[in-house]
Amino acid sequence: MAEVAPMTPLLQTEALSKRFGGLKAVLPVNLHLEQGEIRAIIGPNGAGKTTLVSMISGRINPTSGQVHFNGRDITKLRAWRRVALGVVYTFQITSIFRDLTVYENVALAAQRRLMRRALDRVVLRETILVDRVDAALAEVGLEHVVDDPAGLLPYGHQKLLEIAMALALRPKVLILDEPTQGLAPDEISALCQRIKEISQEVTILLIEHNMTVVLELATAITVMDKGAIIADGTPSEIEADDRVQEAYLGL
Amino acid sequence: MRHDRRNTIFGVHLALILLLFCAQFVIPPFHRTMVTRIMIFATYSMGYNVLLGYTGLMSLGHAMFFSSGMYATGLTVFYLGFGAPAAFMAGILASILMSALIGLIALRTTGVSFLIVTMMFSQAFYLASLHLNKITKGDEGFILSGHLRPLQLGGLEFAFSDPLVKFNLALMLFAASLLLSLWLIRSPIGRVLLGIRENEERTRLLGYNTFNYKLLSLIISGTLSGAAGSLYTLTFSYAGSSLASILYSIYPLLWTLLGGIGTTIGPIVGTAAMAYMVDISSGLTSSYLFVVGAMLVILIIWFPGGLVGGIRTRWLRWLP
Amino acid sequence: MSFEGYLFLTLLEGIVTGFVLALTALGLSLVFGVMRIVNIAHGEFFMLGAVIAWYSSTLLGSYLVALLMAPLIVGGIAYLTDRLVLRRIDYKPESTIVATIGLLYILQQLVLTVYGPYARQVVTPFYFRIDFPWFGYSGYKLVIAGIATVLLIAIYFVMTRTTVGLYMRATQQDREMAQAFGVPVHRIYPFVFALGAGLAAIAGALVVPVQQAHYLMGLDALLLSFIVVVLGGLGSLKGTVVAAFLVGISDAVVSMFFSPTLAKIVATLLVALLLTFKTSGLFGDEEA
Repeated sequence: MAEVAPMTPLLQTEALSKRFGGLKAVLPVNLHLEQGEIRAIIGPNGAGKTTLVSMISGRINPTSGQVHFNGRDITKLRAWRRVALGVVYTFQITSIFRDLTVYENVALAAQRRLMRRALDRVVLRETILVDRVDAALAEVGLEHVVDDPAGLLPYGHQKLLEIAMALALRPKVLILDEPTQGLAPDEISALCQRIKEISQEVTILLIEHNMTVVLELATAITVMDKGAIIADGTPSEIEADDRVQEAYLGL
Repeated sequence: MRHDRRNTIFGVHLALILLLFCAQFVIPPFHRTMVTRIMIFATYSMGYNVLLGYTGLMSLGHAMFFSSGMYATGLTVFYLGFGAPAAFMAGILASILMSALIGLIALRTTGVSFLIVTMMFSQAFYLASLHLNKITKGDEGFILSGHLRPLQLGGLEFAFSDPLVKFNLALMLFAASLLLSLWLIRSPIGRVLLGIRENEERTRLLGYNTFNYKLLSLIISGTLSGAAGSLYTLTFSYAGSSLASILYSIYPLLWTLLGGIGTTIGPIVGTAAMAYMVDISSGLTSSYLFVVGAMLVILIIWFPGGLVGGIRTRWLRWLP
Repeated sequence: MSFEGYLFLTLLEGIVTGFVLALTALGLSLVFGVMRIVNIAHGEFFMLGAVIAWYSSTLLGSYLVALLMAPLIVGGIAYLTDRLVLRRIDYKPESTIVATIGLLYILQQLVLTVYGPYARQVVTPFYFRIDFPWFGYSGYKLVIAGIATVLLIAIYFVMTRTTVGLYMRATQQDREMAQAFGVPVHRIYPFVFALGAGLAAIAGALVVPVQQAHYLMGLDALLLSFIVVVLGGLGSLKGTVVAAFLVGISDAVVSMFFSPTLAKIVATLLVALLLTFKTSGLFGDEEA
């Protein structure tokens, strides 16, 4: 009988852990992310979710373990290199360029993809850049505020701007850290819709507290508690899991 | 910014350069020398502005870049008999090396630490120039006239003692630096520098190696400063330790603050304003440094945007 | 004089310098630690202390009065600076540096105008000589050490036994927590700034009989204080004092046996490299 060859996950961590002095923030974790998934990481506060994705994106260095992307060991690569490979992180608390216009915010992201050759760093065809920026803004619905200073946008729009910047980088893996936090209900459903559209091209790793969002979007869920993964599976499996109910009260 | 105003912006800068060019024929000799001086020090300020205004890094050590150019040029003319072009090249080379070296070390820090580290390195450089006074003649310095051969270009001879030669050389350097800063701020590299200034971590996570960009910024900044130092020696025929002291690190900060950090024409406006303010006040009191001190305090409290910054916010938003 | 003689003399000089430096650097360190700002004009407070001491001795005939007046007057100037300038720029680090550079030039030039460019000495208030096998040593210098010791102990008591000291230490460790616990952080600031300035002023007043008062003497004091603070670690009283002696003695040794300029070059480079490579940075909590 023919064996189905296991698909190499797009992203995986091997025994990835982080200790801050005496505090064990993340115990050795093996996370697998398949291409095309929307994987949600859920868990109570302090479970280590943001620390884990910060190690994946390169913002912080692991104490031990490895991160593999597309079959390649990227553990030693610094954050900016990982972005070039396609691992893009959006901030939990928006980190945009408040005093620059929305255009300039996205342009800085978009131009990264266009600056492959040395000459491109010096002279850039403005029209290509404008197209890329417009496309990214259109995907999140922010075309109408393109010339406004980013800091003056309402919070919900700032979160959308973060996502537009991430999209302009043409990510392969998009890590969204609590994207719906602070948004009004109608904004949340609009964002969910957009994330679904985006997921057709991009694999998504999502940290979320809002279970409705998780259940609507996720194709796979990983549950963390106290620095370790306590459950991993499809939404229905997780919903039925007792350990998850126990650890994550209010489920 | 969308580039609709592209031509207007370029036009304004070009007009400024033309204005200065024409000025040499109409203004009296005293002011012509003043303006020559102003243009050279404005180049120094523009260099400083690249690091502070565009990249957001405040240094108190730029005197070492200015004086690297000054000494490289001065010493090669005085002791090795270099002609002006070769000496100028030596100055440029020295400033590139100096800024790269210092950058590799100092850019490992940021903020206040960066400020202190650059101040310390510059102070060490200054003290070294005093210590090696057998060569550099320390505070007294040395004079180049008599050592500097006239410039030979296409069969014509331009003597460095000629005030028109001085003026036009300074103008050429100034024009080149002005256009360079204009281009830089609107180029992809400039955009990254602004990103670093506004939010370095975010820029890093957009895929940019921010250390390399900061280093590039420092090298451009240091080289412009050194070019100014180099031309200073050639036109004013003098090189001395006092130009390496901390006061000469504070001057570009003052001029740029006064004119407007992060603007292209801010530096020359600030340099010119300060030059004339000192000139006028030294008729009243001998302690012009008091004016320097008072200006710094007043500016930082009430006008952190500087003269051009204020104009930009209020009336001309499109000014780079 | 034999080599041991020179060495001993150098050590003595270094120790006396260490005492004076401990006071000055402590002032800078307190301001760094509690207010998180760099005061580039700190050396000028030292200089002002010296100049006021000269005026007090020469015009009023009393040197001891100077020891009281100098810190009070200079502390007052510092207090005003905090209220009028520092508070207006919200204690932002880089703005404060620009403002204090401005203050440096203002103070320096005012003193130049009033006091003049000359270095002037004050006669030591009491003269006695201690005879060592190789040389006679000015007893007054040992008095400096004595007074400095008393002051250092006094500061220690203020820091550890009084409410104000508690406020200062709390603010230094964690400003937000301190505020949450009701520490009036913004009202301590002018006090701390004045205290820092006062310490520098006393130090300046103390050295006037052995070192002349000159309007530019603040720059050296600033440089050495920087070195001590970076070496000794922020806010650590013990660290600052220990570092002050280390620096005082090394400065004396290198100056005596090599050259003063070389000593300064080495010192400056040391600060720069230390600050760059010491992974905890200036405030001990920055990421490298």
